Amino acid sequence: MSPEFTPVLSTLGGALIGASASAMLLLEGRVAGISGIVGGLFTPKAGDIGWRLAFLGGLVLAGVGATVLSPASLAVEVVRAPWMLVVAGLFVGVGTRLGNGCTSGHGVCGLSRMSPRSLASVVTFMAVGAVVAVAVGQLTGGAS
Amino acid sequence: MKSILLSLAVGIVFGVGLLLSGMTQPAKVVNFLDVLGDWDPSLGFVMGGAIAVHFLAYRLVPRLAKPAWAERWALPTRRDIDIRLLVGAVLFGAGWGLGGYCPGPALTSVVAGASSTLIFTGSMLAGMWGFSVWEAARVAR
Repeated sequence: MSPEFTPVLSTLGGALIGASASAMLLLEGRVAGISGIVGGLFTPKAGDIGWRLAFLGGLVLAGVGATVLSPASLAVEVVRAPWMLVVAGLFVGVGTRLGNGCTSGHGVCGLSRMSPRSLASVVTFMAVGAVVAVAVGQLTGGAS
Repeated sequence: MKSILLSLAVGIVFGVGLLLSGMTQPAKVVNFLDVLGDWDPSLGFVMGGAIAVHFLAYRLVPRLAKPAWAERWALPTRRDIDIRLLVGAVLFGAGWGLGGYCPGPALTSVVAGASSTLIFTGSMLAGMWGFSVWEAARVAR
């Protein structure tokens, strides 16, 4: 097992993600699915842009804070050729829009809602993610 | 304005959660998915913590007549499993396993300015934009 295992911080961070999604549900009646929130910006409707930009601005602001307070939490440490990053980004961008969600929308929100659609999505993307990560790990000798 | 400030605050909490949890470190994500490597089960705890909180919210909140600060619910209602869902999940999983970022952490990390984060996030946004263009053209046909 990795020496980097962080069960307490990861559970706390997860609980904050869950609290944020719950606030979105209680206050706005919406699902806190990141890919859906971003995707809506590419098919803009009147009155449906501001809250999306504000939420995403909050995500970025948290990152700005981290560059000062905790740069290690933004460490990349995964060596991938630029073409691999281009392919990975395209797959994540197209895949999350085609499949209507990512780790937040299908993972956190969908599983909490006990949606069969989300369960199918999560099982699929976890399994494929594991196969790809294992394959790349075997070919390159690990993440870093 | 109220809704904008609320969304900003909710986004900040979400981002802090991602940062604390380790989701913004692609090496942790890859080490979670690469079960034959230096396995790091942390991200399972992220999902566990998030669902523990949100599952409870989902049992209680939708009993309200409407959301606190909006006129109506805007929640997904589809329950069918179609080919688009599965192909999308396959593509997303492959990109996640390869790059180590899902959409939220990519956006939170972009301000650190690492070239690999910038390439991944730019490509991800281009993919989302390209999908919208393709989808609009498909619907128009």
